Amino acid sequence: MNAAELKAELTKKIEAANDLGQLDEVRVSALGKKGAITELMKGLGKMSPEDRKTEGAALNVMKDDIAAKLEDRQKTLKKAAMDEKLKSETLDITLEPRPARKGTIHPLTQTMDEMIAIFADMGFSIHDGPDIEDDFHNFTALNFPPKHPAREMQDTFFLPDAEGQDGDAAKRVLRTHTSTCQIRAMMELGAPLRKIVMGRVYRAEAMDTTHSAMFHQIEGMMIDTNTNMGHLKGIMKTFCEKFFGVEDLPVRFRPSFFPFTEPSAEVDIGCSKTRDAIKIGGGNDWLEIGGCGMVHPNVLKNVGIDPEKYQGFAFGMGLERMTMLKYGITDVRSFYDGDTRWNEYYGHDPINKPNLATGV
Amino acid sequence: MKFTLSWLKQYLNTQAPSKATTEDIIAKLTALGLEVDGIENKAEIYAPFKVAKVKSAEKHPDADRLRVCQVETEDGMIQVVCGAPNARAGMTAIFAPVGSYIPGLDVTLEKGKIRGQESCGMLVSEREMCISDEHNGIIDLDDKHEIGTPITQIFEGLDEVVIEIGLTPDRADCAGILGIARDLAAGGCGQFTLPERPAIDEKFDCAVKVHTDTPETCPHFIGRQIRGVKNGESPAWLKAQLEAIGLRPISALVDITNYFTIGMDRPLHVYDVNRLQGDIRVKLAQGGESFDALNDKSYTLKGGETVITDDSGVLGLGGVVGGTSTGVEADTTDVFLECAYFDPTSTAVTGRAHQIISDARYRFERGVDPDFLPHATDLATQMILDICGGEASTVVEAGKPIAWQRQYDFDPARTLKLTGVDIPEQEQLYILGSLGFEIDGKSAPYSVQPPSWRGDILGTADLVEEVIRIYGYDNIEATPVKREGDLTDNALSSTHFLRYHAGRTLAARGLQECITWSFMAHDLAKEFTDGDINPALRLSNPLSAELSTMRPSILPNLIQAAARNADRGYGNAALFETGPVFRGVNPKDQDLIAAGIRHGIMGNKHWSSAEASRKVDIYDVKADALAAIQAVNPSLNPQLSTDAPAWYHPGRSGVYRLGKNVLAAFGEIHPSVLEEIDIIAPVVGFEVFLDNIPQAKKSATLKSLKVSPFQPVTRDFAFLADQEVTADDIVMSAKKGGGAMTDSVTIFDIYQGKGVPDGKKSVAVSIRFIPQDKTLTDKDIENISQSVVDAVSKKTGAVLRA
Repeated sequence: MNAAELKAELTKKIEAANDLGQLDEVRVSALGKKGAITELMKGLGKMSPEDRKTEGAALNVMKDDIAAKLEDRQKTLKKAAMDEKLKSETLDITLEPRPARKGTIHPLTQTMDEMIAIFADMGFSIHDGPDIEDDFHNFTALNFPPKHPAREMQDTFFLPDAEGQDGDAAKRVLRTHTSTCQIRAMMELGAPLRKIVMGRVYRAEAMDTTHSAMFHQIEGMMIDTNTNMGHLKGIMKTFCEKFFGVEDLPVRFRPSFFPFTEPSAEVDIGCSKTRDAIKIGGGNDWLEIGGCGMVHPNVLKNVGIDPEKYQGFAFGMGLERMTMLKYGITDVRSFYDGDTRWNEYYGHDPINKPNLATGV
Repeated sequence: MKFTLSWLKQYLNTQAPSKATTEDIIAKLTALGLEVDGIENKAEIYAPFKVAKVKSAEKHPDADRLRVCQVETEDGMIQVVCGAPNARAGMTAIFAPVGSYIPGLDVTLEKGKIRGQESCGMLVSEREMCISDEHNGIIDLDDKHEIGTPITQIFEGLDEVVIEIGLTPDRADCAGILGIARDLAAGGCGQFTLPERPAIDEKFDCAVKVHTDTPETCPHFIGRQIRGVKNGESPAWLKAQLEAIGLRPISALVDITNYFTIGMDRPLHVYDVNRLQGDIRVKLAQGGESFDALNDKSYTLKGGETVITDDSGVLGLGGVVGGTSTGVEADTTDVFLECAYFDPTSTAVTGRAHQIISDARYRFERGVDPDFLPHATDLATQMILDICGGEASTVVEAGKPIAWQRQYDFDPARTLKLTGVDIPEQEQLYILGSLGFEIDGKSAPYSVQPPSWRGDILGTADLVEEVIRIYGYDNIEATPVKREGDLTDNALSSTHFLRYHAGRTLAARGLQECITWSFMAHDLAKEFTDGDINPALRLSNPLSAELSTMRPSILPNLIQAAARNADRGYGNAALFETGPVFRGVNPKDQDLIAAGIRHGIMGNKHWSSAEASRKVDIYDVKADALAAIQAVNPSLNPQLSTDAPAWYHPGRSGVYRLGKNVLAAFGEIHPSVLEEIDIIAPVVGFEVFLDNIPQAKKSATLKSLKVSPFQPVTRDFAFLADQEVTADDIVMSAKKGGGAMTDSVTIFDIYQGKGVPDGKKSVAVSIRFIPQDKTLTDKDIENISQSVVDAVSKKTGAVLRA
């Protein structure tokens, strides 16, 4: 059989091979130790140098050609075999994947972290104080005169007097406001000062959809030599715009009374109210969000700061109220129930850490 | 504080030049800090009702008592079926059209048929219009009223606007309508008029003598006798005013005192002279006296209250409530009028001690005008004479007015400094003057004396507030506040740092964050306290027994929350909270805790594995606790001990600690606790004492990572160990035996049962070695394995399983 015939025959066999086993048999019959091409190659040695040269070159071409055909065919057969195998491996993609239990951050905590991000950017840091306070920090230092009806504005929870202490310092109450920490911050740090305080406060009052015996407040204060009510209005406006994500939010101050500020104001923001919802922003209505004012000179005196030299503001807001407004929660009591359905619905993904750079 | 617009206008002239409308007044009240809480505009209710003429009134064909009337209204002739006995042709009546709301019936009229006859509206009675109780027939007016005349022009008080304001405790002066009028006038809403002090013709000497033995609590007491009075009903206008603000008219004399209380912030009292015995004496109660008060209750005094007495004993609580023994009745003819000043603090203390809420207390405890007593006495005398007749005596007086006069230096520049608003000096002085402040001096600083009715003004800052309040808070410009540095500093306090990191880590582990009460039931608190609960942590005035004691632990609240969820049909709660617990009442006795619980099973059954719905166990909360610790300080590797508190299962609980410092406790909750809370096991929980975790040192950089270039080798071992041998013993000794190349030791199976002798367990361990300097040969691996087995055997007595 000459080379041309052999090539034709091998090509036919390669094309006829239907699986990888058959193809391998063809390969062995052609290129194996005793394969047809191998045998032909062996015959070259007996040829004259001239013949060997021309025949050898032709044989090599044929050998490469067959090898390439074998490889092509092998790829085709492999792919067919793989396709066949995958066809049998189909899974039901509609099956529910394995559950991963997901936890949540309480919306009130998210509000706190949002507020921290905003106020930190304006130079405020957090100060802490205890929930069980004495009469001095909760009332006296904040310019509540003894037995004055203003003390009754806030229904106070009382605890037995502390042992081994006298007077104001012995009387224990659950703090009725975070303003107690104004006193603590100013006494510990003096002026100038920029602090926020966030925590639990307590009022002995009947509970309904907007009142709770325990709730949370944020308190802010800024003391230096020239901070005035304009700055107070500015900070309330900036804060509310960021917190509610509304540009050009109308902010209104109304005269009010707190023993520890003078002048005092209540803060309203613009909104529109429909029967079911409140939309923060423009509109014809006002929504009260907190109280504020210039720190009363008596308070500064009480903590040893010279009111002739220093002045500044303080403000307070209810965290539950702000959270309810921002996230549309309608019953304050639901905050404290631990209902898993509520947690799932109103809770936040712990990965969502509020940050001004990425949005609060 | 409720008042009517017409009453306000007795003291406030809103004609030109101010021409303040009702809307102006309402807006100004809020702008002045007299926040409007409610407005009831009666004119709107009465707008549809107008005069109409009954042209004919024929008997209803199918009903004896009904008439079919043709009524001429401003909108033409309308047929109305009417049941009133006085309905007749030619009468002038009030017509209520279809669609109008009838206040006395609480219905909105619809077009209808009455026994087959069409009826398009209604002819109304006085009761249906809430004008009186008259309901014998429909309103029958004089013929002079023309068709279409509004009802509000015929009856008094129907176009009244009733305004309710929320009064802040400082604004004692606005507890009377007079004070509100004064503020509005200063705010540009009209002209203020104080009713002139009348000249009283004193016909005789007052027979009642007065004394105050307690000048501290009742410094000033004025009175006058009026005899020959007739204490009948009040005139209609007075009754209408009182009723409009929700006060029930009683008798002329009582109504007059109420009129002064509300109108002029000036509570008064009248005694029946014929029921008085001897002199009136104000003194402090001894304690034990009792009297019947006008609020139909009896009080026994505790001692120290300011009481009004005569020879018979206590007549009333000064400034709080009067007594029945000397009260005026319909047949009273001879009265003594009291106008006194009672000290705010003692009034508040007495009112609070006896839980009496009265219009008098409300005003005296805020502070009434100490300089207004003689003026008010004469005004009230004149009103009694006008309404009840009679003649007045001389005035008797005990004590003297308190010294209310005081001056403060006022520099108008202070207003700009505090508020940022530049208000011209003259305007500031004008504002203060319009509020009744007296200003002395030619240039700043001025000496400013607050008026007698403004006891709340106690310094320069208060003067600034008055100026900016009247000038308008809306003029305060919002000014941005910028931080001082270029970049935002870390703002977290220790408490917030701890709760932030621990909380977000626990949430990422699948727990839902909760916020629960800081107080709980005392009995439950006891279960979560080592030893006795601190009695100082019990609230003196709890809202309920369930919320009575400051919590020693968060766990019971979370377990109760899980139980509530389970009761609702949502079991398997996984909850946590970061928050305070209390050991005592001092600041250092408050600890910050991250606590969590897992209840029931991990999740719903799932096709993928039984693992999805396995029961929760202590290894879940052990991991939770460690994760919270390491969220605060990742470098910590705390030790374990088995001395968890009593509310955990004694054999299934543990403590993470660093020496003596306890960082966390975890375990199964004790079955007796679960029984008490009524929740089905298992519940596992943890408490991390966040304050106890040493915080990470702020080191500059980490040491650079070195990785071995050689392949790790893993070998598995099965040990037969005594039951009591702990996992930790095996792991630690294996690590020791394996030496420096030991990377990890993991127990992957624990087996007891067939093939394992009683009292023993088979523990399978997988150890990974990482060679550091060369590839390990078989011989090397054999040696190191032997060393592991030897070390474990030596420490625990375990042997390699054949």
